[in-house]
Amino acid sequence: MPELAHIAGGFGAALSVIGAAYGISKLAAATMEASGRQPEVAGEVKTSMIISAALIEGVTLFAEVICIILALK
Amino acid sequence: MWIGNLAFAADTLKHAENSHAGGESSSWMLHHISDSRTIDLEPFGHITLPQFPPIRIGGLEIDLSITKHVFFMWLVSLILIIVLSIVARSYKKQIVPHGLANLIEVFVVFIRDEIVLSVIGKDGLKYLHYFLTLFFFILLCNLFGLIPYGATATGNLAVTGGLAFLSFILIQLAGIRKHGLIGYYKGLVPHGVPAFVAPLMFIVEFLGLFAKAFALTVRLFANMTAGHIVILSLIGLIFIFKSVLVAPVSIAFAVFINLLEILVAFIQAYIFTMLTALFVGLSIHQH
Repeated sequence: MPELAHIAGGFGAALSVIGAAYGISKLAAATMEASGRQPEVAGEVKTSMIISAALIEGVTLFAEVICIILALK
Repeated sequence: MWIGNLAFAADTLKHAENSHAGGESSSWMLHHISDSRTIDLEPFGHITLPQFPPIRIGGLEIDLSITKHVFFMWLVSLILIIVLSIVARSYKKQIVPHGLANLIEVFVVFIRDEIVLSVIGKDGLKYLHYFLTLFFFILLCNLFGLIPYGATATGNLAVTGGLAFLSFILIQLAGIRKHGLIGYYKGLVPHGVPAFVAPLMFIVEFLGLFAKAFALTVRLFANMTAGHIVILSLIGLIFIFKSVLVAPVSIAFAVFINLLEILVAFIQAYIFTMLTALFVGLSIHQH
């Protein structure tokens, strides 16, 4: 039934975005704290933050691709 | 971006009219995102690219016809070859760069220092050519998708799969060159692991090699395609509501998402190169 696939696609996308936003927000908070405590390492910390954010977002986008496939049924 | 949005409007209107008979008219979104055998220059018509019949090799049929993404990859390669040759040749006259060479040098020094040297160390300089090519190719392919009438070659699973396959080969080659063929695969399992866990660890690490390449593929593909789908959906809202009043809000959001996509284009090129360098570094420094 294509209607169920559409609903499932929407729910899946929303849930995966919740997970990604939570993870990346914790990451950003830790980065701000670390930069505030020790401004000398702010550059390295920022680089690691970008890499980790891209990895977390990569996992989210796997789920999004599946949701797109569902929504296009 | 305004011209791009107007071109979109002309094209989506044509498609919405064409597919209105079926009621479900979201095929125009797929048409903008996926590969096709013609280059559409709405409203000026379209260019049909040369098609070749599929070649049979054994049991496989390989279709080498030229499609939109292939054409844009060639365009990107041509522009890179021309521009970077001119920039490199300008260094013969004077050591200090001027003009465009200044900009390219910023990127090259960034990749050499922050990505290759800091992650892999001095061994990585052997592979600097590959990382520079990878970065500039992915960056330019991503940016071409944002100009009017452009198509994102990296929004195609086959293209990003090919790039990840090349990176996979580089990771294996770098490790084998450093540790030898058997030594590299034995070194996948870390030291100090109990004997009964070692086979399991080997299988997990071996599959991890493929999982890393797969993740590189899907990350780049999904980031590029998702941005375009958001822009298309925002503009499509105008046609769903069938009212001009939605247009200012829609176009404003679409312009904002376009600017975000420029940032994402740079970040994704950087992430792909950085992760490949990271995996090559892990390969080389196995202990």
